[in-house]
Amino acid sequence: RDFNERCAQCSEVNWGVTDGGRFYCRSCHNVIERTREVVNSDFLTNSRVQTISKGSRKQEKKDGGCEWYVCEGFQLVLKKQAEALEALGVCPQMKDEILCKFWRHYLQKSKQAYCNRSDGETVKALSVCDSSTDVDSEAERPSLLHSSLSESEGDLQTDCSFASSASRASENTSMFSGSVDGSSYLMKNHKEKLRMTMPMTLSFCYMALLWLREPMTLSDLLRYVVEGHIPYLNVFQHFPEKMRLCGLDVKIFCVESWPVYEEVHTKMLELAAFLDLPRFPDITDSCFLHPDMLCMKYLMEANLPDELHNWTCRVVKKICIGDVDFLTLVPGNKSTRKVKYDVLAVAVIVVVLKLLFLLDDHYEWSLSDFAEERNKNNKEGGPYFEFKKWYTVIKCSLDMEQKKLDEGRAKYLWRCDKPVFYSAGKKSKVLKRRQMVVNLQNQFGKLSGSLRPAEKPNPSSFQFSWSEENTDGSCFHGHSLKGVLQEKRGLLTAKNPDYWLCTLKLCNEQLCGHLAHYRELDFPQSYHFVLRLFSFLLRIQPSYIHDEVCVIEQKLFHKKLHNKPKHNTHIRK
Amino acid sequence: SSSEHKLSFQKSKEVCLSYIQDAMLQKQWKRAAEFLTFYIESLEKDFSTKYVGPSEMIWRIGTEILCHHSHSSMKEFNSFIEQMKAFGVRRYLKICLEHAFHLLCNGLIDEAYQNLSLAESWRYGEQTAIQDKEMKLIQAYRGLLDYYSWSKQKNILLEHGQDGFEDLSVEQEMHSCFRKAAVNLKEIIKIPGVWDLFVKCYVDLLEFYGDHNEARQVLNEYAYNSKFPANPNAHVYLYQFLKRHGESKKSLISVLKILHDIVPSHELMIDFNNMLQKSKKRKKRRLGLEVIFAVLDYAGWKENVKAWKCLARQLKQIVSSEKHLDWIKQEWNSRKDWWPAFHFSRYLAKQNWQENESLSYEKALVAGILLGKDCKYFRYVSRQGCKAPGKRFRLLKKFINKHKSVYQGIS
Repeated sequence: RDFNERCAQCSEVNWGVTDGGRFYCRSCHNVIERTREVVNSDFLTNSRVQTISKGSRKQEKKDGGCEWYVCEGFQLVLKKQAEALEALGVCPQMKDEILCKFWRHYLQKSKQAYCNRSDGETVKALSVCDSSTDVDSEAERPSLLHSSLSESEGDLQTDCSFASSASRASENTSMFSGSVDGSSYLMKNHKEKLRMTMPMTLSFCYMALLWLREPMTLSDLLRYVVEGHIPYLNVFQHFPEKMRLCGLDVKIFCVESWPVYEEVHTKMLELAAFLDLPRFPDITDSCFLHPDMLCMKYLMEANLPDELHNWTCRVVKKICIGDVDFLTLVPGNKSTRKVKYDVLAVAVIVVVLKLLFLLDDHYEWSLSDFAEERNKNNKEGGPYFEFKKWYTVIKCSLDMEQKKLDEGRAKYLWRCDKPVFYSAGKKSKVLKRRQMVVNLQNQFGKLSGSLRPAEKPNPSSFQFSWSEENTDGSCFHGHSLKGVLQEKRGLLTAKNPDYWLCTLKLCNEQLCGHLAHYRELDFPQSYHFVLRLFSFLLRIQPSYIHDEVCVIEQKLFHKKLHNKPKHNTHIRK
Repeated sequence: SSSEHKLSFQKSKEVCLSYIQDAMLQKQWKRAAEFLTFYIESLEKDFSTKYVGPSEMIWRIGTEILCHHSHSSMKEFNSFIEQMKAFGVRRYLKICLEHAFHLLCNGLIDEAYQNLSLAESWRYGEQTAIQDKEMKLIQAYRGLLDYYSWSKQKNILLEHGQDGFEDLSVEQEMHSCFRKAAVNLKEIIKIPGVWDLFVKCYVDLLEFYGDHNEARQVLNEYAYNSKFPANPNAHVYLYQFLKRHGESKKSLISVLKILHDIVPSHELMIDFNNMLQKSKKRKKRRLGLEVIFAVLDYAGWKENVKAWKCLARQLKQIVSSEKHLDWIKQEWNSRKDWWPAFHFSRYLAKQNWQENESLSYEKALVAGILLGKDCKYFRYVSRQGCKAPGKRFRLLKKFINKHKSVYQGIS
């Protein structure tokens, strides 16, 4: 697949490997001299061990399509995603070496390729028969999957007669797909084998990024996906013409929702364990993903004073979350809690803000008044940081961006021009509908005054940027924390003597799914605001950050919590 | 839980819809159109289980926007509706009907007629049976438009007739319109419902062609068939018809009696009271009193001179004859607690006197009888009235003085 030369005959870049190990162009079947041995390290899924045996692979079906397997589809998706990441600045090693190795390893482990099919399945899927019933009766579609999944494997026979008789017998079961194994893909119980899904492609990407310690967090990655810089939605547009996507393939490759951080992260961990990967490369304090680095980034983005960085480093050091052993991923090790670097970093910042400003809806404002007074009377030595001012500036920008985001979500277009049909029979209906949709969009688009939907934002790892050159004083990076600090025995400590814990005791994650329970009403507004800011930046729910904050607090105040009995959550530091 | 916040196709379309609705409520048509543009692709995934699916949503929202948006034209509207028709088989006839209404509202009567005719000839398997109600409505409205044509032809003929012209073709057309209209109108009014306009037109046709029996039967059905919802207009139409045809007072009264039961404040109650007062039967006169008192219970009649005149005349007549004072007592019993404040306050006395002398005259007469000569209303008005030129207030005063003990008997 990495052979990117254009075919001499048809100028397509769409290579496969013949049984004889030679390269051929899949669009026009032009065989070239280049052979497999020369390009050992390339992606070669077509040459699955079991299909090298004779005759099993037809090049062309009658409608001009070709046979393709689901994992080939995913491979194509991963390739596209890797290319996009490369365009965003990720090192090319990721695509050529890491991701491809992971993928191949996965295929081997899940016995989809690069191995002998010895596990007793003679699945030659049921696609090639034309099914008489269509999959797209709308209300029945959810139940369709149920009925197919509930069929036991014993019933799965491999010849076409079963498929057609089954479809005649019950209107609901229709097991066909453009891919060879689409239907069986969905039906088999893949729990042990970790069936590939679209969200999992992102898990693969993230895993590769993590292995290479690239400066891209998972929240960044997912944000790029949503912003359209990384193919995910409607990625099947990039499939070559011959790879016909229909029927159950749609369930596999068409996404109806955005990937969720938690889901992608969990799957990544499962994947790493499944592949028996060794300990990942160390995350040291010079890595982007190290809390000290990430805290700096988020502090800048949140327009907070640089001086806070000292404090975040202190907290990180105190609770040992900067240790290389804590941060580095060791797959399969169930005892250690897995680190979400971005969430961890912002949680540290939140804790530091609580340490210095208390954030109980009173103290921070009085500190701010004090700083305001000082700033008015004393112009030298640079301004003291005023919480109130910061709050005003940030709230304004945050509300604006949030509004844009919300409207953007409402205006999201999910469909693309390449239509997707469940069956050839419905093709004309689908096309007609698409035509009507386009017509209507044009008609009302003219009335709305705007021509085209907003352009994709340029990819940027910073969503807010604040410049010290702004003369309106809206950048707080250089502001001093002197207003909230005091000297005690030669050390700078916080003026604030108190601290309130988010929770006295963490919940059992296994039992109730969360470490803590966040409800906006239960906590101070300032705390909620800070959570809101970071949850916007990371595009995750505030409760995730809150959970992480709870964990950090438990570690930080461990001694105080366990040595003295506590009646309330207030602590003297 | 995370799944609730997951942004899915469905959720994002729901959110989009709420933006559209907000914009429409604030009459921001451009913004509504903008968001509608993004909502439209839900047609490609029309399997919501909600009561109103995307395609109906888009039809209704799109219609609203196109109606109100400054840049939209009739042509655009029509093309939009045609697309909606092509897409929504299950509500095809409904769309046709509403399209016709829209055309009518914009004065495009011929287009509306064409649309309705086209819709009438639509057949689509079992959908035709399912959408039977809409079909009947379409036929009925087409019948109505036929009536409208007929009416135009008729007027032309009458004009020409005056000028001495004969116009066979117009006449023929007129008759053919009549036939088409009659068939459809007759059909729709068979179905229980409120069909005021259709009934009126149909009766008009029948009367013109002299089929009074059929007309009477239709009106009777419409008014008295219990399957039809209670409809005061039905009785009004029947009454008007009977009056036109010189029916007996007895039948007129029986029709109006029902109207009185349904709508005691109806404007025809004045005519009703007049008829009843003149009746020789005691029961009828008693009813008349009941009717006129009931009318004045309603705020809308407070300043109606005619109504007060009727009441005043009848009360005067009873008092003068000194018979049936108990009638007054009966009627006054339930009103004595609130009518004084409602009709006869000092404030009203002043206001009535300033605005309408006749009104205050009639009311003063009633007040004098019911509340006695010392009541606020009567005292004020009669004092003012006696200062004014003319004799009637002085005569009034005399009358009330003569019968001043009446009110004691009735209170």
